[in-house]
This record gives sequence, C-alpha cells and structure tokens, in this order.
Amino acid sequence: MNQNTDASDNKNSNIKMIIKRFRKHKLAVVSLYFLVIISILAILAPLIAPYDPDEVSMAFSRPPSKEHWLGTDQIGRDMFSRLLYATRVSLFVGFAATIISSIIGVILGLIAGYFGGIVDIIIMRITDTIMSFPYILLVLVAAAIFEPGLWNIIIILGLVDWPGAARLVRGNVLSLRETNFIKGDVVAGMPNRYILFSEILPNTIGPVLVYATSVFAISILDEAALSFLGMGVQPPTASLGNILNGAESITILTGKFWLWIPAGVLIILLVVSINFVGDALRDAIDPSAKE
Amino acid sequence: MLKYIIKRILIALPVLIGITILDFLIMNLAGSPLEMMIGPKTTQAALQAKEIQLGLDKPLYVQYFLWLKNVLQGNLGYSIKSYQPVSQIIGEHLGPTLLLMGTSLIVGLIIAIPIGIYSAVHRYTKRDYAFVTMSFFGTSIPSFFLALILIYIFTVNLGWLPSSGMITAGGDGGIIDILRHMIMPVLVLSISIAGSNIRYVRSAVLEILQMDYIRTAKSKGIGRYLTINRHAIRNALLPIVTVIGMQIPTLFGGAVIIEQVFSWPGLGLITMNAITGRDYPVIMGVGLLTAVVVLAANLITDIVYALVDPRIKY
Repeated sequence: MNQNTDASDNKNSNIKMIIKRFRKHKLAVVSLYFLVIISILAILAPLIAPYDPDEVSMAFSRPPSKEHWLGTDQIGRDMFSRLLYATRVSLFVGFAATIISSIIGVILGLIAGYFGGIVDIIIMRITDTIMSFPYILLVLVAAAIFEPGLWNIIIILGLVDWPGAARLVRGNVLSLRETNFIKGDVVAGMPNRYILFSEILPNTIGPVLVYATSVFAISILDEAALSFLGMGVQPPTASLGNILNGAESITILTGKFWLWIPAGVLIILLVVSINFVGDALRDAIDPSAKE
Repeated sequence: MLKYIIKRILIALPVLIGITILDFLIMNLAGSPLEMMIGPKTTQAALQAKEIQLGLDKPLYVQYFLWLKNVLQGNLGYSIKSYQPVSQIIGEHLGPTLLLMGTSLIVGLIIAIPIGIYSAVHRYTKRDYAFVTMSFFGTSIPSFFLALILIYIFTVNLGWLPSSGMITAGGDGGIIDILRHMIMPVLVLSISIAGSNIRYVRSAVLEILQMDYIRTAKSKGIGRYLTINRHAIRNALLPIVTVIGMQIPTLFGGAVIIEQVFSWPGLGLITMNAITGRDYPVIMGVGLLTAVVVLAANLITDIVYALVDPRIKY
C-alpha cells in the first residue's frame, strides 16, 4: 500500500517536471494554445460556421466582406465555413492516421524487440522495405486503387507511416530487455503479455508520443498534398488540401487570393505548431537526449 | 571492405524483391487495366484478346514471375497506353528528374550545412533560435503551396520566370532557358531539404562539440577557427552523411508533387500519368527503378560512412 502511493507520487512529480520543462519553451506553449483553439473551433464547426459549407448561393466569387468573412467561391459557398469544416476534416485525417500507424508500429516494435530471432528479422525486413520505398509513390498508387475518399486516405496514411515507430519501439525494447527489472520479471516467470504491456510499454510511451507528433504533422501535409493532386478527400467535402486544388486554375491563383491563401496559411500554422510542440515535448520528456 | 559490400548487397536483395512483390500486389488489387479500355466500340472478343496479349488471364503469381523473368533479361515491358518500351520512357525522363533532384540536394545542403554549424557553435543565442525556427517553417510549408506562391509572385505578377516545363516551346533550349525553368522548382525543393537538414547538422555538430577531444583541442589553444574546422566539422560529417542518404526516398516523393505542379518532364510526371491511367508496366518499372536507387543510396551511404570513419573496420 505504502509502496503504491510512493509510486504514484513519483509519477505525479515526474509529470509535473515534464510540464515545468515544457513551459520553458515559449513558442511551444503558444503553439499548444493555438492548436487547442483551432481544434475546438474545428470540433464545434457545425455550431460556429455562419453558413452550411456546401450551401450554394448567388454570391459568386465575392471577395471577403462583412457577410462572408473570407469571401465566397465560384459557386457561392461561404469560404469561412468551408475552411472551418476543412480544418475539421484535415485534423481528423491526421489524427486518425497517427493513431493507426502508432498502434501498428508499437505492436510490431514490441514483438520484434522482445522476441528477437526470426520474428525480428522478418518484421525488420518488412520495415526496411516500406521505409526504403518513396512512400508518396505508395500512397499515390494506393489512392488510385482504392477509390479516393476520407476513410481510405486515413487507412493508407496509417499503413505507410508505422515503420518509424516500429524501429523506435524495437530499439527501446532491446535496451529495456537488458535492465534488471525486466530480467527480474522474466526470472519471476511473469507472462510475456504482462511484461510487454505492463512493464515495457509504459517505459517507451514518451518517445512514441514525441514520434507521433511528427507523424501527425506529416500526415496533415500528406493529406493536403494528396487532396491537392485530386487523389485525397473528394469534393464537395472540404479539406485544406482540396481547397488549394482550386488554385491550380489561373483565374483563382491570380485574382482570388481569398480562395487559396487562407487554407495554405492554416496548413503551415497547424503543422509548424505541431512540430514546435513535439520538439518541446521531446526536450521535456528526455532532457538528456541530444537535440 | 569488398566482403562487406557484397554482404550488404545480399541483404538488400530480399528488400528489393519485397518491394516488387508489394508493387505487384497493390496494383493488382486495383483491378484490371482492361476496365480503362472498355468503350462503346470494344467487343468482348477484343477485350479477351487483349487480356491474353497482356498475359492478364494467367494467375497472379505466374504474372509476377513472368515479369521478373523479363526484367532479369533486361525487358521492363511495354506501356499499355503508348506501346513504347518502359525502359525507353524511363530513360527519356530520368535525366530531368536527376537534374532537378541533384541540384536541389546540393543547393539545400549549401544552405543547411553552414547555418547548422553556425547555429550549433552559437547555441542558445538569438540567431540560433531564429535559424531553428526558420528550419521548422521550412519543413512545415507544403511544397505545393510554396510553389503556388512563387508562381503567383514570379510568373503572374512579375513575369520573370516561366511556370511550367523545362524548355520554352519553340525556343533554342539553351542552358540559360533550362536554368530559368529550374529556379522555382529547385527553390521549393531545396527549402524543404534545408529545413530538415539544418537541425540534423546542428545536433550533429552539438554532439561533437561536447566530446573530450574538442576540449583538448580548445585547451591546446589552437583557436576557435581551427578547433571547429579541423576537429568538429570533420567528425560531424559522419551523421550528416547518414541522414542525407536516408532522405533520398523523401526527395523522390517531393519531386513527384513538384514535377506535377511545374509540369517538369521528369519521372514524377510520367508516374502520376501512369497512376491515373493505370499503366501498370510503367508503374512497375518506375517502382523498380526507385527501389534500386534508394537501396543503392543506402549502400553508398554505408560505404562512405566506412571511408569517412577510420574507426569502422570490416
């Protein structure tokens, strides 16, 4: 009992230390607030958006005005509302793809690192194969095959992004396996499942979290690129990438900046904020690690 | 050394075969290229003849081994669309892509290495923070958005640079003309390359600067310039070489999107066309080529690593 409270005290102070170190990175704190605000706006989009994002009106291609804060597109849809919904879609795609790839990567990494031998060799060869493939090519081919759409994009991105996490976890497991507390577990005859998920996993969660932030950022960029090429989220559903798709037309590019600049700027701000948060998080979780 | 290289090639082979199998499976999941040919004038018999001609009536693994056999004999097959040999198509478009990627890599490194070293040496100063923040922006800007902005500024508003292709139609196609077409795509690619590399170079140099031998060098009183240039940078080259090798696949991926935006007549552009047109032999050919390039890049990275670091013995 006493030991238990000790352990939880320890954990609490650990988290406090992480928060304290994180707060030293001012840019990251600002980024975090920005991300939280944008996420809330995106989640509440149906309540906040002044118009239905797919509603067509007679106000074609109007520049920003009091009624339409970011103007309207060629078929009269309100761009501010579309941008809100697009952010919602893009964040969701990034988040879901990150979750999928992290889960796959963590499980395969745990298995490869813990069991070693032939299992390790096979998993690491598959990891190498996917890593050495120019993965945008894989994504493009996959997107061409499975009808492009929201869920397919999520699955495709999730299935190509995991090798990094797998390698990271495997490396961690290899070093943890040599520690005394894991050796103790093995000697005590604890079941593999317990050692893997209750002892090793909690000790690798920090690096995985940091890695996941970078996957999140990359997934948002990839979704944008795919949708920009017309192989991602399909209209009329708005995503930050397919809004930019319109800018390939010269009239929009030259004369209607409000139809493409806001979406692009929003992508940059989202991705850069996620990267700042991830960077500070890495520093906060493991200050001894090299920068 | 030779033994090591042979061993590395033997390890790379299963990965290469794995990639081709992966390519093949994914594409066959896509459905038959025959679907794209169905039109009002095509009869069932014609489709069947086509199917047999392309070998699509055979089981999947037989198709794969046939393809593999042809590849080993130097035959990559023929495009379903244009009936040109795949090797010829790739040969025609490889040059422009290599030109674009190579130039961008060099420009990106010319930006990244000095800035990274400067940042590491002047750690935690205002300029260091500024450079690191800049590098984060460099990696966070979607390349196609940057491309659009550049086109907006330099083509639409100023009219200085052409926004598509590699040579002006009907022009003389001289070096100056190609250079003018290259400026914007190279700029976009090298900014993203520089963005990620500034931080790699910085952390590599930082790590070296904490080594004992640097302290020794400093205490010898040889001065900062010699300490950094003679002792630090040379050793920091090692991790930098590795990281550059690892970026080759990313670089190729970036080139696909950039070639699309700027209509650069390279491999990326024909790959996109092949993907949308389900031109399987061409996709397989490009996939094989990029896999070979990537694995070769990894191999060269390891060899260079061994050459740069005299401590590594094989």
